[in-house]
Amino acid sequence: MSTLVARISAEPPRRRAALSGTALAGLVLAALAALPLAAEAAGLPFLVVTATRMMIFGLAALSLDLVLGYGAMVSFGHAAFIGLGAYAVGILDAHGIRDLAVQAPAAAVTCALFALVTGAISLRTRGVYFIMITLAFGQMAYFFMVSLAAYGGDDGLPLSGRSTLFGMRLIEGDPALFYLVLAVLAVALLALRRVVASRFGRVLRGSRDNAVRMQAIGFSPLPYRLTAYVIAGAIAGLAGVLLANQAEFVSPAYMSWQRSGELIVMVVLGGMGTLVGPVVGAAALIALEEVLAHYSDHWRLGLGVMLVAVVLLSRGGLAGLAAKIGRRA
Amino acid sequence: MTTPLLSVRNLRKSYGALKVTDDVSLDVASGELHAIIGPNGAGKTTLIHQLSGSLPSDSGTVHLAGEDVTPLSMVARVRRGLARSFQITSILDGFSVLENVALAVQARSDSSFRFFRPSAGETALNAEAMTALDRVGLADRAGRRAGSLSHGEKRQLELAVALATNARLLLLDEPLAGTGPEESAILVGLMRALKATHTIVLIEHDMDAVFALADRMSVLVYGRVIASGAPDTVRSDPAVRAAYLGEEEAA
Repeated sequence: MSTLVARISAEPPRRRAALSGTALAGLVLAALAALPLAAEAAGLPFLVVTATRMMIFGLAALSLDLVLGYGAMVSFGHAAFIGLGAYAVGILDAHGIRDLAVQAPAAAVTCALFALVTGAISLRTRGVYFIMITLAFGQMAYFFMVSLAAYGGDDGLPLSGRSTLFGMRLIEGDPALFYLVLAVLAVALLALRRVVASRFGRVLRGSRDNAVRMQAIGFSPLPYRLTAYVIAGAIAGLAGVLLANQAEFVSPAYMSWQRSGELIVMVVLGGMGTLVGPVVGAAALIALEEVLAHYSDHWRLGLGVMLVAVVLLSRGGLAGLAAKIGRRA
Repeated sequence: MTTPLLSVRNLRKSYGALKVTDDVSLDVASGELHAIIGPNGAGKTTLIHQLSGSLPSDSGTVHLAGEDVTPLSMVARVRRGLARSFQITSILDGFSVLENVALAVQARSDSSFRFFRPSAGETALNAEAMTALDRVGLADRAGRRAGSLSHGEKRQLELAVALATNARLLLLDEPLAGTGPEESAILVGLMRALKATHTIVLIEHDMDAVFALADRMSVLVYGRVIASGAPDTVRSDPAVRAAYLGEEEAA
């Protein structure tokens, strides 16, 4: 029997797939690392700005995937965490605290606490009620910031400049910010990949698939769902920190419910429960926005058509589509 | 008399005017296989829900090994050794067979708030899960996706999951539901083997299986226990024949 265990835990087919996945990830990472240089050489520096924005929203969509894709919790207030993270930077900056070493933990802790409190209440409900309640909390955060006149209210809050890192002005330039965002995204992606495969992740996935079954073997889903919600909130807060730095401006618009909706679109478009998918989904959505907006003011219509096509063609989103093509090839 | 492992007293549950569980009392001794039979709509599954804790009772008590578990949730009861299987197959289709069982082992071994170590590679969990799979004859299916199993194999997997919780008492809700004769034979054989190590409350429609396996049985009709005792006594009980077995034989 021990040989049987060994054989099964070796799982050769999956290993091979994971290996090619790792190779692919390495390739993408290398290409991204070369992007600022290539963009500079090609005389297209705005590409770096766009790519940074894609990765920031990719980070936020990635965190939402933990909640939505692995926890089956349709949170319609995820942009609130981006906004809170951004405001952590803005408000600290207004008081002369400009270092990321303070701002980032402050943002993560604020968002984690907000997630803990709102999640503990929201997770008493499921389905449509959960959607409504998270939407309501998101809107509460939004209107709180709109009415916070001391920090710009509706007009938003300009930063005095980009944050420093350990006292050094490291991310003044766009390429430097690009690399920071890339590093944060890569670390978050790798960390969450481990999380979803861990004991915790297995309970979360099991509860998504069949909560009653999980209770019947002795797991209460709630603490696991709440923990996932808190982790996701903190990561989205970090996306907010980066977004504030890119724009050097903080606005309540970051946390509007339309933004939350866009994050859900990114996750679904890219492929729920795949981690990489939502990052790709974020990039695709932003790319489409840029390209389609160039041709027509009614670009959202075209976007709608594409979204319908992707969802119909492959329930697994872009990631599912890629896997399908990969299998056929 | 020693304390019964499961002791149910005056259990009731009503939906409006409908008494689904009506003053049910029964004792299940340690090591016994106690079958609960009754016609459709007799309230058998409701009773299982009340015993497992997924449905609160209106009144009455449930004691497990002398401890009052009436106010406890299903999760708390599982942790005290009371596991159930489901009438409608309820496994994690997207998980491997091994993972389905390993999760049940994981539920009772240390904390599951561990975030980085890959759970699929935990040899201790997998080894215990394999023992349970071996017991139900699914060891060679361990690496398969649970959703790809045949119906009978899924029922076997249900048993393996219940076993892996380290239950003292198994509540089996129609384990033979929807199975063909060959699958049935395998499952009956399994349950006979499980009797040696576990106390079992079995709800089942298949009378051949029930009479082959049960040490004692209770007959539930309209939420009431109309007879309880050894199979032969119950079989010859005129009330039972009138209410239930006669119907079955006529059909």
